[in-house]
Amino acid sequence: MTPARPPSESGPLQVRATVLTVRRVDAYHAITAVAPGIAARFRPGQFVAVAVGGPDTSMLLRRAFSIHDVRPDHGGTVEFVFAARGRGTRWLAGRRTRDVLDLVGPLGRPFPVPRDPVNCLLVGGGYGSAPLFPLAARLRERSCTVDFLLGAASGDRVFGALTARRTGRSATITTADGSFGVRGVVTDVLGQVIHDARTDVIYACGPMPMLRQVTALARRYDIPVQVAVEEAMACGIGVCMTCVLPVVGTDGVTRMVRSCVDGPVFRGELVRWDDIGTIPFDAFGAPGWEPRPRRAAAPDGGGARAGDGGEDGARGGDGGARGGDGARGRPGHGA
Amino acid sequence: MAPDLRTRLGGTELPNPILTASGCAGSGRELAQFTDVSKIGAIVTKSVMLAPRAGRPTPRMAETSSGMLNSIGLQGPGIDAFLQRDLPWLLSRGARAVVSIAGSTVEEFGERAARLAGAAGVTAIEVNISCPNVEHRGQVFACDPVDAGAVIEAVRARARPEVPVFAKLSPDVTDIVAIARSCVSAGADGLSMINTLLGMVIDTETMRPALAGLTGGLSGPAIRPVAVRCVWQVSQALPGVPIIGMGGVMTGRDALELMLAGASMVSVGTAIFHDPSACARIVRELDEELARRGVEKASEIVGLAHEARAGRRS
Repeated sequence: MTPARPPSESGPLQVRATVLTVRRVDAYHAITAVAPGIAARFRPGQFVAVAVGGPDTSMLLRRAFSIHDVRPDHGGTVEFVFAARGRGTRWLAGRRTRDVLDLVGPLGRPFPVPRDPVNCLLVGGGYGSAPLFPLAARLRERSCTVDFLLGAASGDRVFGALTARRTGRSATITTADGSFGVRGVVTDVLGQVIHDARTDVIYACGPMPMLRQVTALARRYDIPVQVAVEEAMACGIGVCMTCVLPVVGTDGVTRMVRSCVDGPVFRGELVRWDDIGTIPFDAFGAPGWEPRPRRAAAPDGGGARAGDGGEDGARGGDGGARGGDGARGRPGHGA
Repeated sequence: MAPDLRTRLGGTELPNPILTASGCAGSGRELAQFTDVSKIGAIVTKSVMLAPRAGRPTPRMAETSSGMLNSIGLQGPGIDAFLQRDLPWLLSRGARAVVSIAGSTVEEFGERAARLAGAAGVTAIEVNISCPNVEHRGQVFACDPVDAGAVIEAVRARARPEVPVFAKLSPDVTDIVAIARSCVSAGADGLSMINTLLGMVIDTETMRPALAGLTGGLSGPAIRPVAVRCVWQVSQALPGVPIIGMGGVMTGRDALELMLAGASMVSVGTAIFHDPSACARIVRELDEELARRGVEKASEIVGLAHEARAGRRS
């Protein structure tokens, strides 16, 4: 538990954290580690980036996981949840009490919390529901009501259903195979839940296709929605430029922003869901895009640029051809 | 006594020979959360383009054994934002800035150098003629001695005379010595090597290429022996030309290896993704490695492996 440098009061830390427990939670694993600095700074929605494989590992990229819980014991602990389905996550699942993990966190922008006591609906897919539980606690401190809507492929993949039932005003569960709760997906019942709960605000975390549909429905009901996205990351701290997605800024300009430092939480309607996996032609700095003032100042450049502009069409086509979304998991999932 | 790690880069004295590798340290701000950027030998910036650039579509990254492929495509805010925001910030923190520049024509490189000439506080310019993630891979300047020389000449002509110009070379060539020689003849004050190797991964589940851009640059310890070989060959052919060595450096031992091959400075890249405080750690480890061998000055061991009796040094 030694910070790499004298810590500033906010911002992430890199720590060597001792593992307290590794436990199975249905289809997933949860690791609790002693990391007082991270626990103290944590706000719901933030994540940790975990080095995997030990010293001299051949796996160079950190795995990013939402923080599921922080507790005051041992000076401060953090818990994160993951599915052991790649080499790195299987290594993590094999950790034991008193092993040491290299953690960086808390990272990313947290969920904004409403000022007034309103009705909040928390929608989670798979273990994407993990960050919703500390959020629920924070919302209840603000006298908000909390309703849960959790879904997964099967009953053992609905993370936190019992906690949701115990702590939420209501908890609706959906499973694709019908083994638990309502047969179907969360968006099948979202409209009914919004109606019954008189939802004012939606928070969602889960697979990208789910977030996209939740956002579309929230817009139809004119309800603000905050989503925590799942993009593959390499560093988690904003240097590698891997985890970008097209998001519309307050100035109306689309930029390829980093989900690790500009997110992972975004206002759902600002994410250009249909364009994820592409560089939209009108994005800031897209091929052929040029800052207008410079163009006027350098008329000679026009001819040379025409060829670049012609590539826009070919680029745009990439998105449709890519079938990667299904394979894309939570940050770090893949390995 | 602690070894003397100070290293000269043009007119600047660096506190140590460990630099960040271009594209691996963001603007410097991100790393400053974890490490004191003024204690790193120098920050080599992400390659600066003239205009803002959105880069390539995602997925942009694939992990490989002891390495990774990236296919970022030089995403960045452009030189205006860099000069207004990023460079002053680095200087305000006491960091030394080596500015990496990229472009798609010889003229663009020259123009970028001219823009930088108006800015104070640039320790050196690294000319990225070898990024594999650009539209016309066949036009990577570092694959052709004449093209490489033309870019370096254009940059050297328009950069401030006191600011050293380093050419960043690609290992994906038949004869790296020929490219290196051409760059030095064209006025390069030094050479940076190596950029990433062009690679590809196919996802066997989706049965499609893992990267949206299809190919990407391979980095990480998997390529270190290639880097050692390139530095060795070039330093043997062009003794006395300063070399910034890079390619899969994870530890002080790895940095020492590149220095023994002929690098007077060493850049750390992919290791930063794994460990945001890697540069500070590697400086510490290099210090220990040198102390253990009784080396008093880091500069003494540069190229030492070329000496026939190097192994008998006690």
